[in-house]
Amino acid sequence: MNKAKVMAGVKKYTMIIALILVTLFFTWKTGGKILLPQNISNLVAQNAYVFVLATGMLLCILTGGNIDLSVGSVVCFVGAVGATLMENKGVNVWVSILVMILVGTAIGAWQAFWIAYVHVPPFITTLSGMLVFRGLSNVVLQGLTVSITNEFFVKLFGGGADCYVPDFLGGGEGLNLTCMIVGVIACAVYVIVILRGRMARAKKGYEMEALAPAMTKMVVICLVILAFTYKLAQYKGIPTALIWVMVVVFVYGYITSKTTVGRYFYAVGGNEKATKLSGINTERVYFIAYTNMGFLAALAGMLTIARMTSAQPTYGQNYEMDAIGSCFIGGASAYGGVGTVPGVIVGAVLMGVINLGMSIMGVDANYQKVVKGLVLLAAVIFDVVSKKGGKN
Amino acid sequence: MAKVLLEMKNITKTFPGVKALDNVNLKVEEGEIHALVGENGAGKSTLMNVLSGIYPYGTYEGDIIYDGEICKFDKIKDSEEKGIVIIHQELALIPYMTIGENMFLGNERGHKYALDWNETYGKADELLRTVGLKESSRTLIKDIGTGKQQLVEIAKALAKKVRLLILDEPTSSLNETDSQALLDLMLQFKKEGMTSIIISHKLNEVSYVADKITVIRDGSTIETMDKKTDEITEDRIIKGMVGRDLTDRFPKRKDVKIGDVLMEVKDWNVYHPLYTERKVVDNVSMNVRRGEVVGISGLMGAGRTELAMSIFGKSYGTNISGQLFINGKEVHLHNVKEAIDNKLAYVTEDRKGNGLILSNPIKINTTMANLAAVSSHTVIDKDKEYAVAVEYKEKLKTKCPTVEQNVGNLSGGNQQKVLLAKWMFADPDVLILDEPTRGIDVGAKYEIYCIINQLVAEGKSVIMISSELPEVLGMCDRIYVMNEGRMVGELDREEASQEVIMSHILKSSNKGA
Repeated sequence: MNKAKVMAGVKKYTMIIALILVTLFFTWKTGGKILLPQNISNLVAQNAYVFVLATGMLLCILTGGNIDLSVGSVVCFVGAVGATLMENKGVNVWVSILVMILVGTAIGAWQAFWIAYVHVPPFITTLSGMLVFRGLSNVVLQGLTVSITNEFFVKLFGGGADCYVPDFLGGGEGLNLTCMIVGVIACAVYVIVILRGRMARAKKGYEMEALAPAMTKMVVICLVILAFTYKLAQYKGIPTALIWVMVVVFVYGYITSKTTVGRYFYAVGGNEKATKLSGINTERVYFIAYTNMGFLAALAGMLTIARMTSAQPTYGQNYEMDAIGSCFIGGASAYGGVGTVPGVIVGAVLMGVINLGMSIMGVDANYQKVVKGLVLLAAVIFDVVSKKGGKN
Repeated sequence: MAKVLLEMKNITKTFPGVKALDNVNLKVEEGEIHALVGENGAGKSTLMNVLSGIYPYGTYEGDIIYDGEICKFDKIKDSEEKGIVIIHQELALIPYMTIGENMFLGNERGHKYALDWNETYGKADELLRTVGLKESSRTLIKDIGTGKQQLVEIAKALAKKVRLLILDEPTSSLNETDSQALLDLMLQFKKEGMTSIIISHKLNEVSYVADKITVIRDGSTIETMDKKTDEITEDRIIKGMVGRDLTDRFPKRKDVKIGDVLMEVKDWNVYHPLYTERKVVDNVSMNVRRGEVVGISGLMGAGRTELAMSIFGKSYGTNISGQLFINGKEVHLHNVKEAIDNKLAYVTEDRKGNGLILSNPIKINTTMANLAAVSSHTVIDKDKEYAVAVEYKEKLKTKCPTVEQNVGNLSGGNQQKVLLAKWMFADPDVLILDEPTRGIDVGAKYEIYCIINQLVAEGKSVIMISSELPEVLGMCDRIYVMNEGRMVGELDREEASQEVIMSHILKSSNKGA
């Protein structure tokens, strides 16, 4: 392999390499504690909302580096509405869930309308939303905490102390067999999908990735899946929240990479004028991005109040920053048009690992913020500089 | 003989793939008005950008000798310190600032941390009187017209103690009275000893004010005429501007049968999207037949792009009126999607800005205008997309390692081919090609011409907007001449020549200005 190819590889997998290095660093510094099954399990459960919000935020950022500042407040507001309905008004849990989703989506559509069709800058629109819905959360909750006692809701959205997929297969002490099986099935499905894709291509005579690197990649990914599920199995199994995260990741991963709508997000961010002149309704693209953000904020809201088993007017603060940070660290371009769902997930995991590692090490919370801030800046500097390099 | 103020010696400037200036020489004497004329893309603006330091020393070859010394300008500020001020065609004033603030922007009065507004506005008012503008310097720029803005630019230049004033197309957006006032102002400055360079297309204006005229063509100086010694006629200038030999730069078209009228525009009017009282396209009618290449010739700003884009699903302009017929049936296209569905394609002149996504690979750009063709139920078949991209890459002979290559890394000619591929894949009947060969080298141009021939051979219609006269003459079956928003001529291939087209343009300009 020549040097240019190595450099291209390094560039392509920068964030994964960074993630590995950071993990190794914390493994060393915490004496291996960060890799304990419980910590890995918590990493997923605690950050579920980040994964969900970051996926939605990616669509907004793709349209041209636009962000949504209101998500934290919307998360809180949706949670407040849901908790009040369920606990104070005694509304049926399914109806409450539906109302929460509708409220979130409607808020998204409200902001999306101004952004897409009236061309109010997203920053301003969502800054307004941030204030409005934080205020309304307080109004709805009357400044109080509402506890959530509905067990079904809490279980469904992966909250509470013991929210794992039960071990149907009874694996016995120390190893959750269901979790392990799921890991094996996931690997099998992945391998089959990849191989079938290759076969179909070979049949139609299309060009395909060279065999050796493709196989290496496949093996590495399978090993990661197995190692991950093994760690989870050693603790209590699959956190329920992980299922939601997986659903969101797969659905949005598919939309962004395989559908025409997904393509439009990239096109608008890449060159809005050219996109418009290609007959694509760019205003609708903005509308979808921000409406969808409201929808996912509603889901994140449900995950949040379930995890806390309560709704408080302060929930969701700085969630927007976690989501935005994950996107940029995960390789989304601050100018739009570049970024992938898997990349954003890696970014979110990287942030999560840094958080967790520093917490275990007992780093002062204020310094944790300093470190996270600098990591974010470094990621964007990398994006800007590498883009400049490409032009020359 | 007067003292030579500026001498540009053997200036050569290359852009990737294109030699924009080739050994250009320019000599300007103190106290004269020197005109630079030439076609679009001849290199006039590039030359002035070299002079003013926009292209810093070291990015070009040759010497600039100003006031007896060799200058090495790094940035505009350096040339301004020497008293060289350039006023660009597109005015660089900030609309929501006052005239006074604009005039002293970057040249503020008073102390750095304590601006002296009284002095600012006092000086500004004084200078405004010098240029004959009766406005308070506290008026906002957005509240005065373009003609007055032009005068503000000149006053701004005066505030910088200008010795050499360069005006790039100063009258292009002015009406007759304002233009005349501006030219007289130039003559008055000349009396006071100022040196000016004026770039203009309007030959009547040039012959009115200029002492010397330098003609530039294809990046080289052709000749410099002196009003005192040479007899200057418009014919001579035109010849200098266009005088190129037409050799085999255009591929022969095999007998293509020209069929019925495919698209027709009647009484088309378009107004400027921002200045809604300004008419950009004025009562234009035209048509194109199946298998025909129709050219629209004209100078920059003639309204050709605006015409094309307004036809293409109203993607430019407001208050569009007129009728559009495709295959004899009247259609109303409200957006680009409907235009594409009605088998129109508009291939933009600005491939980087409006045409391609530079940060995306060739394959994604290729399918962008017709994504439905490579997807089923909104799910993209990426293998099919790849295959399509490869097919067009081979068909158009695009030079690239793979179709996964980002478009931004291709040369101009290959980018243009990707842009053409994108629109050919949209399967249109009528292709409007706006400056299809701008900024690409001769070899690539030839290949683009071949593609055009291929398109009409397939029974499609091509409308080619081009500022390059030889290209229009070499490629088109019929040529429309457009100027200042109006169609001022329609010529058959036989009767058309560079001189005829130029004189159509210039004569209609003379009436206007």
